Amino acid sequence: MEAYLSTIIFFLIFASFYSLTTLGLNLQWGFTGLFNVGIVGFYAIGAYTSAILTGPPYPDTLIGGLGLWFPIGFIGAMVTSGIAALIVGFITLRLREDFLAISTFGIGLSIQLVALNFESLTRGPNGMYSLPRPLSGISESNLVDNILYLILCLAIIGAVYWAFERMVRSPWGRVLRAIREDETASAALGKNVFAIRLQSFVVGSAVMGLAGAMQGNFIGFISPQDFLPIFTFQVFVMLIVGGSGNNMGALLGGLVVWGLWSFSEQVIGAVLPATFNTEAGAVRIVLIGLILALALLYRPEGILREKRIVSREARLS
Amino acid sequence: MVEPMLAVRDVEAGYNPSLPILHGISLDVFEGEIVTVLGPNGAGKSTLIKAIAGLLSISRGSVTIGGRDITGVETHQLIRERVAYVPQTENVFAKLSVEENLALGALHNPDQFAEQRRRVLDLFPDLERLGHLAAGKLSGGQRQMVAVGRALMADPTLLMLDEPSAGLSPKLAQVVFSQLIRVKQVGVTILMVEQNARAALKISDRGYVLAEGQEKVQGDARSLLDNPEVGELYLGANSRLARS
Amino acid sequence: MMQFVADGIVSAALIALGAIGISMTYNILRFANFAQGEILTIGAYFTLLLVSLIGAGIGTLGPVAFGWPLLVSIVFAMAATSVVVLVVDWLLFRPLRNRKAARITLIMAAFGLSLMGRNLVTLIAGGEPQYYAFFIPKAIEILPGVRLVPDDFAIIGIAIIAFAALFLFMNRTSMGRQMRAVSENPTLARINGIDVRAVIRWTWIIGASLATVAGALLAHNTQLRPEMGFDMLLPMFAALILGGASNLYGTILGALVIGLTEAIAVSLGLAGYRAAITFMVMLIVLLFRPQGLLGEKE
Ligand SMILES: Nc1ncnc2c1ncn2[C@@H]1O[C@H](COP(=O)(O)OP(=O)(O)OP(=O)(O)O)[C@@H](O)[C@H]1O
Ligand SMILES: [Mg+2]
Repeated sequence: MEAYLSTIIFFLIFASFYSLTTLGLNLQWGFTGLFNVGIVGFYAIGAYTSAILTGPPYPDTLIGGLGLWFPIGFIGAMVTSGIAALIVGFITLRLREDFLAISTFGIGLSIQLVALNFESLTRGPNGMYSLPRPLSGISESNLVDNILYLILCLAIIGAVYWAFERMVRSPWGRVLRAIREDETASAALGKNVFAIRLQSFVVGSAVMGLAGAMQGNFIGFISPQDFLPIFTFQVFVMLIVGGSGNNMGALLGGLVVWGLWSFSEQVIGAVLPATFNTEAGAVRIVLIGLILALALLYRPEGILREKRIVSREARLS
Repeated sequence: MVEPMLAVRDVEAGYNPSLPILHGISLDVFEGEIVTVLGPNGAGKSTLIKAIAGLLSISRGSVTIGGRDITGVETHQLIRERVAYVPQTENVFAKLSVEENLALGALHNPDQFAEQRRRVLDLFPDLERLGHLAAGKLSGGQRQMVAVGRALMADPTLLMLDEPSAGLSPKLAQVVFSQLIRVKQVGVTILMVEQNARAALKISDRGYVLAEGQEKVQGDARSLLDNPEVGELYLGANSRLARS
Repeated sequence: MMQFVADGIVSAALIALGAIGISMTYNILRFANFAQGEILTIGAYFTLLLVSLIGAGIGTLGPVAFGWPLLVSIVFAMAATSVVVLVVDWLLFRPLRNRKAARITLIMAAFGLSLMGRNLVTLIAGGEPQYYAFFIPKAIEILPGVRLVPDDFAIIGIAIIAFAALFLFMNRTSMGRQMRAVSENPTLARINGIDVRAVIRWTWIIGASLATVAGALLAHNTQLRPEMGFDMLLPMFAALILGGASNLYGTILGALVIGLTEAIAVSLGLAGYRAAITFMVMLIVLLFRPQGLLGEKE
C-alpha cells in the first residue's frame, strides 16, 4: 500500500514539473503564438542556476557551493532563464516566426553543450550532485518528505496558474490574443506588438526555468543527460493534447501525457526484455510522435478547447 | 441567339463560407467584346474575378466558358480553358526576368512560344529591349505590359484584367487602354474591372455596375457613360465619373 | 593557418548540400523543416543498405577511397529517400496544407517527425555507429602545412557539380522557373497555370536527393549514427539564415561562413562548443543584418 502511494506521489511530483513547463509554454504558444523549440534549454538553465546557488561546494568548480536557501535558487532560476529569453527574443522576435523556432532550438542545443563542456561551472558529464531538497528532513519518513514536496509543487503551480489566468484576462492578455490572431491589426491599434510578445516570451521561459530548478533540487542531481531535446517535444505534445490556449488544458495535458509516457514505459518494459532498453525507448518516442501527428491532423484543438475569454474590462462595459 | 463566351449565373462567393461577398451576380461576356465592371471600392469587383478564376470557392450559381461549366475549376487549370487573368497587384514575378515571365506564360503551349512571343512583342515593342531585366526593376507602366504580355502568351480567348490602369498616370493609363484595343483587335475578348470609369467605358462595348455584391446596372458603354444615375448612385464620390 | 580553411570548406560543402533542401522547403512550402537532418540520416542509411546489397565494397577511384559502388548506391538511395519523403508529405504535410494549417503547425509536425525518424532509424538499423567500409585515409600535402585527404577533394568536387546542376536546373528548365515562380508568388503561379502540387513534389525530391548525397558523404568521412543528421540541423539552419533565407545562393555562402567558423572553433580547441559558436555567429549576424548576408529587406 505504502509502496503504491509512494509511486503515485513520485509520479505526481514529476507530472507537476511537466505541467508547470507546459503552462509556461501555453503562455508563449497558446496565447501569443510564439514557437519555442528550446524549452529544454530554459529548463536546464533554471536547473543549473539553482544547483549553483543552492548546491554544496565542489572541489573542481569555480563558483557555486553557495548553499543558499532554496527560494533564492528558484528565483535565481527564473531570472537567468528570463534573461536568456530576453536576449534571444530581442534578436529574433522581430523576424519571421520560423527564426524564433530556429533560434530557440539553437539555445536548447547550446545550453546542452555548455552543460557538457564548461566543466568548471557545471562539472560537465559528471553532473552536480547532493543538491539540497527543499522541505526534506522535516520528518523521518521519505514518503512524508515527498508529500510535502508535492504540496510545494502544487502550491507553485497554483500560484502560477492563478497569475496566468489573471494575466490573460487582463487588457494585456487581450492584446496578446489580438497579436496572435492578427499582428498587423494590433500593430495598427498602436500596441507595441514587439514589447508585448517579448514580455510573454520572457515570462513563459522564466516559468520553465523555475520548473527545471524544481526538478533539479528534488532529484538532488543534474547532468547534461537530463536535458535532451525529447523533453521539448514531450512538453509540446502535452500542450497540443491538452488544448493550447487553455491553462487548465495545459496542466491536464501534462498529467495525461506524462501518465501515458510512464505507463508505456511499464508496459514496454514488461513486454521487452531488459536487453532491448534502447529499442523500448525508441518505440515510445515513435508512439508519442504518432500521437502528436494524429492530434495535429484530427484534433488540433486538443482535449480542452480554448475558452472564449472575455476580459474583465470588456465585461464591465 | 448567340451563346455568351463567359456566363456567370447567380454566383454567391466570398472569402469565408459564412460571409458571402457576392450575393448572386450574373453577367455575360460575348466573343469579341470588351466588357467593363465598375463599382465603388469594396463592391466585390476583384472578388468576382477571383471567383471566376477559382481562387475562391463558389457556394451557389455557376460559371461557364464557351458552354463548359468551370464552376470551382482549379486555378491552375484555368489557362487550359484559355482564360488568362491579370490580378490587380503583384501581377508579375518580380525576381524573374521579363523573358522568364513570358516563358512562364506559355507554360502549357511551349511549342507556340516563339509565335506567341512575336505576337506579344508586336503589341509591346518596348519589352524586346527589357527582356533580360528583372520584372521588379521596371516602371509601373512597363510592368503592366509584362503582366498583360505574360497573360497573352497562353493564347487566351478571354483575358480578365483587374484594374489595369491602377497606379498609372492618366497618360500611361491612356496608353494601356489603347493597347487593350489592339489586344481586342487580335481576337481576344476582354473582361476588365476599372475605377477609371470614363476612360474604360470609352473603349468598352458594354459595362456592368456592381454594388454590394450584386450587379445593379448594365448596358452598352455609351448608355452607361450618358447615364447620370450611374455616376451618382454607384460609382462613389472618389470615382472619376462622379466627379466629372 | 590554411589547414582550417581546407577543413572548413569540406564541412561547408556538406552543410550546403543538406541546407539546399531546407532553403527550398522554406521558400516553397514556407516552413522551417526541422526534419531535414533525418532526411540526411535516412539517405545515409539507404546508401549503407545498397552498398551491402551490391556487395562490392565502396571501390576506389585513383587515390580516392570510394568509387563506383558507393556512387551508384548513393544514386539509388537518392530515389529511395525521395520516395520516403514524398510518402510522408502525402500522409502528413499535404492534409495540413489542405486545411490551411498555420506555418507553426507544419514546423511542429516536422519537429515531431524528426524525433520519430531518428528513433525509427535506431529501431531498424540499431543505435551503434556503422561504416560503409574500413579504409585508411592517406593525406597528401597540397601546400606546405596543408594536408588534404583525396576524398575531401572528391567531396568538394561532387558538391560543386551538384550546385552547378542545381543552378542549371533552376535557371534553364521549365520546372526550375516554375519553382522560382511559386517561391515568389504562389497565387500568381497558379493563375499562370503552374500546378503547385507538382512543384512541391520536385521541391521534396531535390531537397531529399541533395541531402542523401550530403548524408552519405558525411557518413563516409565519419560514421553512420542515428543522430548524424540531427547534429547537422543547427549548422544547416544557420547557413539558411545567414545567407538570407530567400536566396538559394545565399544558403551556399552561409554554409561557407558556418563551415569556416566551425573549423576556426576546432582549431582554437573549442570543438565541444562548435554548434554553440555557430549559433552565436548566427545571432550576431541577425542582430546587425536581420535579412541575412544576401537577403533583401522585406
Ligand atoms: N482576402 C480577403 N479576405 C476577406 N475579405 C476580403 C478579402 N479581400 C476583400 N475582402 C472584402 O470583400 C469585399 C469586396 O472586396 P473587393 O476586393 O472585391 O472589392 P473591389 O470592388 O475590388 O474594391 P477595390 O476597388 O478597392 O479594388 C470588401 O468588403 C473587402 O473587405
Ligand atoms: Mg479590387
